[in-house]
Amino acid sequence: MTTTETQPEAAPPSDYGTHPGAFANSFFKRLSTAAGSLILITLAAVATFLLVEAWPAMTMGAEELGKVVSFIKPDQGQSLIEIVGYLVYGTLLISLIALLLATPVSIGIALFISHFAPRRLAQGLGYLIDLLAAVPSVVYGLWGVAVLVPFLQPFYQFLADYFGWIPLFAPPESGEIFTGRVAMSAGIVLAIMIIPIISAVSREVFLQTPKLHEEAALAMGATRWEMIRMAVFPFGRSGMVGATMLGLGRALGETMAVLMIIGPGLTYSLLVLQPNQHNTIAAYIALQFPEANATGVSSLIAMGLALFLITLLVNMLARWIVSRRSEFSGAN
Amino acid sequence: MSKRIDVNNLNVYYSSFLAVEDVSLAIEPKSVTAFIGPSGCGKSTFLRTLNRMHEVIPGARVEGEVLIDGVNLYGDNVDPVTVRRHVGMVFQRPNPFPTMSIAENVLAGVKLNSKRISRSDADDLVESSLRGANLWEEVKDRLDKPGSSLSGGQQQRLCIARAIAIKPDVLLMDEPCSALDPISTLAIEDLMQELKDEYTIVIVTHNMQQAARVSDRTAFFNIAGTGKPGKLIEMNDTPTMFSTPSEKATEDYISGRFG
Repeated sequence: MTTTETQPEAAPPSDYGTHPGAFANSFFKRLSTAAGSLILITLAAVATFLLVEAWPAMTMGAEELGKVVSFIKPDQGQSLIEIVGYLVYGTLLISLIALLLATPVSIGIALFISHFAPRRLAQGLGYLIDLLAAVPSVVYGLWGVAVLVPFLQPFYQFLADYFGWIPLFAPPESGEIFTGRVAMSAGIVLAIMIIPIISAVSREVFLQTPKLHEEAALAMGATRWEMIRMAVFPFGRSGMVGATMLGLGRALGETMAVLMIIGPGLTYSLLVLQPNQHNTIAAYIALQFPEANATGVSSLIAMGLALFLITLLVNMLARWIVSRRSEFSGAN
Repeated sequence: MSKRIDVNNLNVYYSSFLAVEDVSLAIEPKSVTAFIGPSGCGKSTFLRTLNRMHEVIPGARVEGEVLIDGVNLYGDNVDPVTVRRHVGMVFQRPNPFPTMSIAENVLAGVKLNSKRISRSDADDLVESSLRGANLWEEVKDRLDKPGSSLSGGQQQRLCIARAIAIKPDVLLMDEPCSALDPISTLAIEDLMQELKDEYTIVIVTHNMQQAARVSDRTAFFNIAGTGKPGKLIEMNDTPTMFSTPSEKATEDYISGRFG
């Protein structure tokens, strides 16, 4: 080989410089960073607002607060902190009822749509579920009061008559009217409200199950249900937790339906069939807000802060559940 | 353990589309039978009719009969779930269950249909199945680790262990090596030679050298063109198929003039 005289011409440096897409690339990066920061800023702003506005009520002495705010009665065991306690309990209790009722039904609906229904029926059913999610909560509340509560009363009567010895189902004391405007009714209406969101998200998750794993189970002689337990549920577990938490989030913060249905009260009782026992934070705030003075509003905002913290904790708990067995998640 | 398969005049459909037309063949027990042919010729589709996995796809159906030791798999009173316990399957891409450990993967099929198994029996079965799949030595110290932590070739042998743990009569393999490197491929091919002492093995492969290396009999499927049904062109002992095939199409395909 002889060396050739002509060296390859050195490329001008600009050939290796920038390119037309560079600006758009960095622009998009900044845009998405800004969008990402916005969520943090919003969260911080909300937290700050709640803290600042709730501060006067939180720092005021119980006696003093009782004199200024009509719904706070320290002498009757209803100081601000005590009310928050009752409300947190009521909120969690009613949301728990809703979640316990809604989750199995929603998973069932999602499985039926994703793995059992004929394709055409599944599509129609999917639209219907999405439609249910769009019904405003006021409508659910009205329907709950006008239709569901009267409909449920005989069932409550039955439960109270035959299972009244279980503290949970104890009937109202004799003489009181059996109204049905109780925590159980509120829980049931909330369950119906969150079924669409849980089943819609679960359905999407179930549909994502790799065909490969479904076929692996079927090829070993699994029945459809065994295939679902072996391939679909493990794959969709984190998605199901996420869906449930979305539903819980809606249940925790729901105002109108609870406000319209429940006969409010402030206790730590488990008597879900008796009126005037429970209330939720959101419904309580909505109830008291119109007639509250400045300090009253500050007290209500303190309750809002409690709701904010509960929601945050619930979500962190859900994250933790999802990540606990991430080694086995299928993402690796 | 191993059983004979006879297929008589089998037509395979996806809804109204005829995918495989009029296949009749016999598969001998304790042997390896290879299906070769170009892509889309229906060899995988046909393989899936041998354990009724074909009908998992909506609209899929068959006409004709598949006899395993004289019992028609498509007869009345035959439950596809039971069929699949007798005819195991290994897929193209390794598919261990990601949420299960290695040991749980092996036992996955055994624990189906509400069967109970004692702890010591389970441990024995895990070991014998993994030994059967030539994987025991590599994984015996980490049986509780997820199956997805293994390499591709190991995962595929785990899938074979899972399939043989339920002691099937027949083992179907749908291009089991196409996602694997040559060394893993060799390991699986060696394994097939050992497994055929106990099982009837049917393998679909794109790799003609592989068919020549591992199989006792070879069936060549072909397709006349897109939209046409796949057909069985010729089936014979593997050495004959690769030296003196009787059909021109087979010779063209094997010598690389086509496909």
